[in-house]
Amino acid sequence: MSTGKLDKKNGEFAHHFNDAEHEYVSSKEGVWIFLTSEILMFGALFVGYFIYSNLYPEVFEVGSQSTDWRLGFTNTIVLLASSLTMALGIYYCQKNDKKKAVMNLAATVVCGAIFMIVKYFEYSHKIHEGWLPGQWFHGDTQGIENLPLYFSFYFMMTGLHGIHVLAGMGLVTWVAIRANRGEFGPHYYTPVEGVGLFWHLIDLIWIFLFPLLYLV
Amino acid sequence: MSEGKNYINQEAGLMSWLTSRDHKRIGLLYFYSIGFFFFIGGVLAMLIRTELFRSGNLFDPALYNRFMTYHGVIMVFFVIVPGIPAILGNIIMPLHLGARDVAFPTVNLMSWYCYVGGAILAFWSIFLGGADTGWTFYTPYSINFSGANITAALAAFVAGFSSILTGVNFVATVHKLRCPGMTMKRITLFTWSLYATAILQVLATPVVGITVLLLVMENIFGIGIFDPEMGGDPVLFQHFFWFYSHPAVYIMILPAMGIISELITTFSRKTIFGYTAIAYSSLAIAGVSFLVWGHHMFTSSQSEVAAVVFSVITMLVGVPTAIKTFNWVATLYKGSIQMQSPMLYALGFMFIFTIGGVTGIFLSTIATDIHFHDTYFVVAHFHYVMVGGTLMAIMGGAYYWFPKITGRMFSEPWARMSWVFIFVGFNVTFFPQFVLGAMGMPRRYADYLPAFESLNQISSLGSYMIGTGFLIALYTFVQGAYRGEEAGMNPWGSKTLEWTIPSPPPHENFEEIPTVTAGPYEYR
Repeated sequence: MSTGKLDKKNGEFAHHFNDAEHEYVSSKEGVWIFLTSEILMFGALFVGYFIYSNLYPEVFEVGSQSTDWRLGFTNTIVLLASSLTMALGIYYCQKNDKKKAVMNLAATVVCGAIFMIVKYFEYSHKIHEGWLPGQWFHGDTQGIENLPLYFSFYFMMTGLHGIHVLAGMGLVTWVAIRANRGEFGPHYYTPVEGVGLFWHLIDLIWIFLFPLLYLV
Repeated sequence: MSEGKNYINQEAGLMSWLTSRDHKRIGLLYFYSIGFFFFIGGVLAMLIRTELFRSGNLFDPALYNRFMTYHGVIMVFFVIVPGIPAILGNIIMPLHLGARDVAFPTVNLMSWYCYVGGAILAFWSIFLGGADTGWTFYTPYSINFSGANITAALAAFVAGFSSILTGVNFVATVHKLRCPGMTMKRITLFTWSLYATAILQVLATPVVGITVLLLVMENIFGIGIFDPEMGGDPVLFQHFFWFYSHPAVYIMILPAMGIISELITTFSRKTIFGYTAIAYSSLAIAGVSFLVWGHHMFTSSQSEVAAVVFSVITMLVGVPTAIKTFNWVATLYKGSIQMQSPMLYALGFMFIFTIGGVTGIFLSTIATDIHFHDTYFVVAHFHYVMVGGTLMAIMGGAYYWFPKITGRMFSEPWARMSWVFIFVGFNVTFFPQFVLGAMGMPRRYADYLPAFESLNQISSLGSYMIGTGFLIALYTFVQGAYRGEEAGMNPWGSKTLEWTIPSPPPHENFEEIPTVTAGPYEYR
């Protein structure tokens, strides 16, 4: 029976593993398996997107003109940069450089925040124009039947992605605080690495969302 | 480790249970909560059969629709899907692998709280007026009427997280926590089946998650993805739904097949025949299960080509299933068969499941399915598979591992009596439904034509027999847990690892992690 907190930084590990390395690889695999299920969840939305964009090509053509590719592009750059700082955050945890690790993790959170702020402006512009999903749509349909469907997909996909960004920011903040307390070191950085994998997946999903929703 | 300490008396107090990360304790938490739901679902089933005892209405038909819906939702999402993996899998699988726990004990506990969260939502939906869509939540009905439908769907969504977390945990456990010498060819067939199940849980459950989320958005914001008035397609919901819910059928049955493999080999005192074939057939079933969802939609708008392809692939499921069955029969051949109660359940499973499987082929054949679609034939078929299959296995497994889990023996005569009532009652209940379905009695309705009355009465009487059988089983468990004789380490003479440690096992499972040098079933 384990009592109290394990000092994982100095090589302690949970009782059911053989050693700290064993715990590390197992935890990492768990995160990967979880990410698979995330991909399947977004996968259904992508499938829906492709079905309807085949059925109504003009809806998605006209719909995507409502988005500003410059804002989408900015957000793409921001997220790519945040993936770099995330990776650096892990690297400096491994190198036991607390200050740089925390700085990079904080930069990751800031990038996430910038992403969300840009999203906020995009959303409020659409709400202002009445470009809302389904029955709430009250903008100009430009004579295109079923145009609101584009916005259903736009808000579902970016909304679910946005929730993941927020969750990711929370998780990165959590590991940044722990890093600041000096809990990580060359022999223990599992949480940072796991959160990092999650963050990269969020980035990756956006890489697919950007062309589909802005550039098509 | 001090003498006499085990996972049950290691710590005392309610909080020590509610915060426990011991896989055995979490398994028991699941046992109590799933058992509670099973009781409710069972009572609802008997209420349904009471309504159907006579032609004409005993209850308000709207109330009957709610009975039927909650029976389905509870039994599928809260009993059979989590049943075997979360209870027996949790308790036994780490022991089978020679591990001290599952890979992520905290995640394991979290999964139980997700289950409880889903359960609370399910109850809340009752107070919102009750869902009445049936367990499939089909659009457009589910989005146009009553918020209760959506809340019940959300309950399934939250319970789905519990399933995903269990799946993640089990895959990682099988990959990473096998004891020295435990190659993949030496893990038990129960573990193989849980492994295949866990893969399904991880890959299929998120799809139903997003589908339910879309349903909720449809209800709140009217996003129109499933609404034809806005260009959406309700059939897309059915595709998404069955993309999960067909693999879910195998989430229910694969672990059951794993238990049966254990029981057959143990009580035949003979090495399992065709270990590799049984293990790989689990993976084959899991793989094929993703490609057959369209057979739920033969009568909805899918192209004829798609229907034919789905039909053929569905029939392929019969192959790995038959491989398992033939291997079990071959194991029995020239074995020293002991007719203990777990073995009775295993043989009952083989009998009932074979009927369920073969009628599945009727339903996968398009020409016959058009006739049987939405009749009691379908109801009988999936109860033969899910109840006759999974529940028989879960009962067999529960009796088999009861001595290990509690440290005591149950009363064998009572256990046999429970089997008689459940086995006979089951066939009395559901066999007439095949006939009714073939005669054209449609499913789901609260009423039927007087011509169907006599067979329906037989069926209803059978359901009370099943209920009696489970009450006897409950008595057997309670009596055994408190008054049973000490079981000792290995009452059945089994060869797998969990029987090499004391019953009930200590918190750490193995005082020293074992090293394995041979396969799991070295009988003869």
